[in-house]
Amino acid sequence: MSIPIRTGSRAPTSSARSAGDRIFRVLSLGVAGMILLIVAGIFAQLALGSAEAFALFGLGFLTGQTWDVSMLVFGALPFIAGTVATSVLAMLLAVPLGVATAVFLSEIAPRRLAIPMTLLVELIAAIPSVVIGLWGVMILGAFLRDGVEVPVVGAFGELPFLGSAASGSDLLAASLLLALMITPTIVAITREVLSTIPQSHREAFLGLGATRWETIRAVVLPQARTGIIGASLLALGRAMGETMAVTMTIGNADRLPSGLFDPAQTIASKLATSWGEASDGVERSSLIALGLVLLFLALALVLATRLLARGSLRRSGIGR
Amino acid sequence: MPETTARAKEVTAEPDLEEIEVRELIRVIPAHHARANDPEAGDLPGAMNLDAVSAWYGAFRAVRDVSMAIPSRQVTAMIGPSGCGKSTLIRTLNRMHEVIPGSRVGGRVELDGQDIYGSTVDPVRVRRVVGMVFQRPNPFPTMSIFDNVAAGVKLAGPRPDRPVAEIVEHSLRRAALWDEVKDKLASRAVALSGGQQQRLCIARALAVEPEVLLMDEPCSALDPIATAKIEDLVRELRDSVTIVIVTHNLQQAARISDQTAFFFVDEARSGHLVEIGPTSAIFVAPREQLTQDYVSGRFG
Ligand SMILES: Nc1ncnc2c1ncn2[C@@H]1O[C@H](COP(=O)(O)OP(=O)(O)OP(=O)(O)O)[C@@H](O)[C@H]1O
Ligand SMILES: [Mg+2]
Repeated sequence: MSIPIRTGSRAPTSSARSAGDRIFRVLSLGVAGMILLIVAGIFAQLALGSAEAFALFGLGFLTGQTWDVSMLVFGALPFIAGTVATSVLAMLLAVPLGVATAVFLSEIAPRRLAIPMTLLVELIAAIPSVVIGLWGVMILGAFLRDGVEVPVVGAFGELPFLGSAASGSDLLAASLLLALMITPTIVAITREVLSTIPQSHREAFLGLGATRWETIRAVVLPQARTGIIGASLLALGRAMGETMAVTMTIGNADRLPSGLFDPAQTIASKLATSWGEASDGVERSSLIALGLVLLFLALALVLATRLLARGSLRRSGIGR
Repeated sequence: MPETTARAKEVTAEPDLEEIEVRELIRVIPAHHARANDPEAGDLPGAMNLDAVSAWYGAFRAVRDVSMAIPSRQVTAMIGPSGCGKSTLIRTLNRMHEVIPGSRVGGRVELDGQDIYGSTVDPVRVRRVVGMVFQRPNPFPTMSIFDNVAAGVKLAGPRPDRPVAEIVEHSLRRAALWDEVKDKLASRAVALSGGQQQRLCIARALAVEPEVLLMDEPCSALDPIATAKIEDLVRELRDSVTIVIVTHNLQQAARISDQTAFFFVDEARSGHLVEIGPTSAIFVAPREQLTQDYVSGRFG
C-alpha cells in the first residue's frame, strides 16, 4: 500500500476498486442494519400486542393453567408444557437415533450402502410437514391407538405418565412425528462434523490396536461432541417451532396433559388453530403473548448454543 | 562445508562430488556395518519378511511385488521419489492399508515367521505388535498428554504388574519427552510444539510395547532441531525395537539407518523395489544405475 509501483497506470484501477470496496461496505452495513431492525420490529410488535394480556394476568400468565375464551381467562402453562414435553421427548428419541445413524453411515457402512441410505435420510427431510402430518393422522395415529394405547389402557387401566384418553391423537403421536422430522437434521450435521475429523486420528488409534468400535467411542465421538450438541440444539429449535404436523396429530386440547396418551397443545399448534377465530382484545393479546414466549424460548436456545460452542472451543484449544 | 569436503576426499578413493556428504556421514557413524552383520540379531523378535507384496487402491496397483527382509532391531530406511508407494507399502506392514475402502493387499507379510494376513490373524493384534508414527503429529485433541500415552495401554486392558502411570512415564522417557512434560501431564496434548507432539506420538506408540515401529516421514513437519531429536531417538530405540522409516531426506536415511531400500515407479506408476542393502552400500556403491542416480541427486 505505502510503496506505489507504476503509479501512473495503477492509480485509476485501484481507486475504482476502493470505491467498489466502499459501496460494498455500505451495502452490507445496510443489510445488517435491516436485519437488526426487522428483529427489533418483531419484538416490539409482539411486546406491544401482548401488553394487554400481561397487564391483565402479569407473570401469572406463564403459570396459568386455564385457557377459557368464555370466561376470558388465559394461561400459557398447558402450551408451554406441551411444547416442552413434545420437544424433549422428540429429542430423547431423535438424538440417539440420529447420532447412531450418522456414525453408521460415515464410519461403518460400506459406500454402496451409505450412499442410498444418506439419500433416503435427506428425502425424509424434504417431505413437507403437512404431508408428514397427514401420514401421522392416518397411519401413525391409527396404529398407536389400536396397536399400543387401547391395548395398554385396556390391560393396565390408567397409568402414571401415560393417561387414559388413548385416542391416537396425543403427545405420543406428536412427539414421534417430531422425532422423525428432526432426525435428518441431526444426521446431516453430525455426518458433516464426523467428516471433519482427520482420518489420521482414527488411524492413530487403530494403530495402537483398537477395534473400530473402540476408535469411534474414544476418538471420533469425543471430537464430534460439540458438533453433536450443536446439531441437537438446532433440531430442538425446529421441534419447538414445528406447527403443521403437530397441529394435525396432537389432539388440540387446551389443558395440561396428564400423560403421553393425552391430547395436548403446543404453543405453535395453539396459535395455528386459534388465531383465525380469536376475538380482538384479551384473547388476541394472549395469543400474541404465547408467540412472545416461544420467541424467548428459541432465543434462549440460540444463546445456549453460542455459549456452549465458545466454551468447548476454548477447552479444546482450537479457539486460541 | 569446505572443511568436510576436504576430509571426505582424504578417506574415499574416488569421491563423487554429490555423494561426499552422505559418505562422510556413513564414515562418522560407526554402528552401521557392525549391526548389519550381528548374528545375534536374527533371534530377537520383530523381524519381518515380505514376499511378493502388492497393494491396490481399487484397480490401481500402487505397490508391485516387493520382496525384502526387515531384520530385527535394525533401522530400515525406505527412500524413493514421491508417489512410488512408500507410504502404501509401510501401511501394509501393520494392516493399515486395508482400512481404506476398496484397497487390497497381495503376497505374504511375515512377522517372526507368521503371516500377518493369515485368515486367523486379527488385524487388531497385528497393530498392537507393529506400531505406527505418522507424517504429521496427530495427538488425540480431546485427551491430555497423559491420556494420549495411556490410550493404547488402556485398550490392552489393565496390567496388574505395572500401573498405567509407570508405563506412561517409561514411554515418555524412552521418547525423550519426560523432562519437558512431566509437570503438565494433565494439560492438553495439542498445546505442545510440533516436535514435542511428534515425540508424544512416538511415546504413545511405544507405550503398547511394539516389536516393530513404522515411521512414515516422521520429521517432515518438523524444524531441524526437532528433527535432530527424533533422529537421536531412533538411534536409541533400535536397541529395543525394529524400526522402519520412510524419509525423503537422504542424509537422514544415511545418518540413522542400517539398511536402505530404494523404490521407484514403473510405466504403470506402480512402485517396486529397485535395490536393498546395507545403507553404506546403497549410498556409496549401489548395484543399480537408477539408485546411483537417485542417491547422488541427479533426479528426484
Ligand atoms: N487413498 C488412495 N487412493 C487411491 N490412490 C492412492 C491413495 N493413496 C495413495 N494413492 C496412490 O498410490 C501411489 C503411491 O502413493 P504413496 O502415498 O504410497 O506414495 P509415497 O511414496 O508415500 O509418496 P510420498 O513420498 O509423496 O509420500 C500414488 O500414485 C498415489 O497417487
Ligand atoms: Mg508418503
